[in-house]
Amino acid sequence: MGGPSLRAVHAWLMLLPALALLALFTHWPTLATVIDSFYSTPKGARAAVWVGLENYEAMVADPVFWKAMRNNGLFASATIPLSIALALVMALWVNERIAGRAFLRMAYFTPTVLPMIAVANIWLFFYTPQYGLLEQITGALGLPSHNWLGDPATALGAVTLVAIWKEAGFFMIFYLAALQSLNPSLREAAAIEGASRWYFFRRVQWPLLMPTTLFVLVNAFINAFRMVDHLFVLTRGGPDNASTLLLYHLYEVGFSFWDTAYAAAITVVLVVVLAGIALVQFFVFDRKVHYR
Amino acid sequence: MSSSAQATRLVWNDPTWLDTLAAWLLALLWILPLAYAVWTAFHPAAYSTRFHLLAPLTLENFARAWEAAPFARYFLNTTLLVVMILVVQLVLATLAAYAFARWRFRGRDVAFALVLVQLMVMPDILLVENYKTMARLGLVDTLLAIGLPYFASAFAIFLLRQTFMGIPKELDEAARMEGAGALQTLWRVYVPLAKPVYTAFALVSVSFHWNNFLWPLIVTNSQNARPLTVGLQVFSSVDQGVDWSVITAATLMTSAPLLVAFLLFQRQFVQSFMRAGIK
Repeated sequence: MGGPSLRAVHAWLMLLPALALLALFTHWPTLATVIDSFYSTPKGARAAVWVGLENYEAMVADPVFWKAMRNNGLFASATIPLSIALALVMALWVNERIAGRAFLRMAYFTPTVLPMIAVANIWLFFYTPQYGLLEQITGALGLPSHNWLGDPATALGAVTLVAIWKEAGFFMIFYLAALQSLNPSLREAAAIEGASRWYFFRRVQWPLLMPTTLFVLVNAFINAFRMVDHLFVLTRGGPDNASTLLLYHLYEVGFSFWDTAYAAAITVVLVVVLAGIALVQFFVFDRKVHYR
Repeated sequence: MSSSAQATRLVWNDPTWLDTLAAWLLALLWILPLAYAVWTAFHPAAYSTRFHLLAPLTLENFARAWEAAPFARYFLNTTLLVVMILVVQLVLATLAAYAFARWRFRGRDVAFALVLVQLMVMPDILLVENYKTMARLGLVDTLLAIGLPYFASAFAIFLLRQTFMGIPKELDEAARMEGAGALQTLWRVYVPLAKPVYTAFALVSVSFHWNNFLWPLIVTNSQNARPLTVGLQVFSSVDQGVDWSVITAATLMTSAPLLVAFLLFQRQFVQSFMRAGIK
């Protein structure tokens, strides 16, 4: 059926459409981003000129960039552990014969299928001073009124909470799948041995869930740098950049101020962060977690 | 012995009342913001933040939202967009996955590595350069521009390649013996056997692109190409008199198709997300 060379031609023909699109919309833009970050932003008739590290120097001197970095660090270090811990607890509950299991699973998972923009609208209403449910509850408890999204001290926390709400149910699914694939005789053995539930979780379930945890961890990390839709509705990065994140700052620089060269430099930072986690996953985690 | 072991097993790991209570509290807390939005959307503005058992129900907020912005157009755009992306993704990924899974040829591993690059550097962050490309191609403000960066999906190629590699080679050879070409074999043997994976990817892709926002926001500037998410944001960010009843109605309306599909096909949704994640 055709020599190896003919087969190779066939194979490349089948790969061609996908590879061409990837080259045009992934490989080329990645390279172009790096190149553009060393040039100035073209303005009108003035073409882009080589500026060396000037864009990066501007970035280092840009307080908003550092604010976004800091916020993103806080956002990541809150959303990642909290959403994963909640997901695990939810999965452990829903995996058992608990009263109203179907309802519980639905309640936990529903935020996941909603568009982030819709989620943000729902939470904007929830947080609104005077009308919002949160205000009604705190008001009923006799607490003073508070503008959660308008106060620089609470804005970042408020948008972080929304992200956790959206993500936990999604990660729960993966834990649930892993729990259901565990061998039931493990549990029987633990019961016969009289192991406590906590001991069974710590010594049996948790280690066996490790590959899932790492998969979820990588996803949570990526999402922490990619999830910004809610900022457009809730705070627009404000007040005074108190809740801005890296990708949102990139959007503002690139498409509000149209400083595309500086935006390219910020994109390079994001690419390095995301590629970094992918490489760590590939070279560190993949070697350590597979017992099989 | 066996009956007592059975009994210990049943009792041993059952959640206590404390678990049940905590699980329900969390679930209610989780559903609360959504429930509040549902309340407001289905009641007249006078009751939007006042809870009363006998408050009259109404669909008027939905009617007003529908008239206040071109939501019909947005629905059409999103539907076309989601279908277009899914069809192209599946066709391209099927072809590429088959080549990777079944043929040995020079440069295969390099080509596969080039595909996997997209898992690290997603289109979502290459906004500036992709916008420039669309401007050069004259595609700004078209549905095609929203879809193009997502047409070749590394995730789909990876998922299908794994599945195809698990299909016995004998089936492939048997089809070849009967004189079927590569494409025929692919269509008659591989695609039917990989059906659950196609369903799984389809659900994940549709929900991703139904909900996608940032790239469509950037590359569209009129209602001709705007999908629902961008339309909703434009609609609710107009500051003239915030009418929460109408905004929550619009919000629920745009999420309704996915939400209803999810409630009807919960099991398939959950299984699809699991399948897509585990491979």
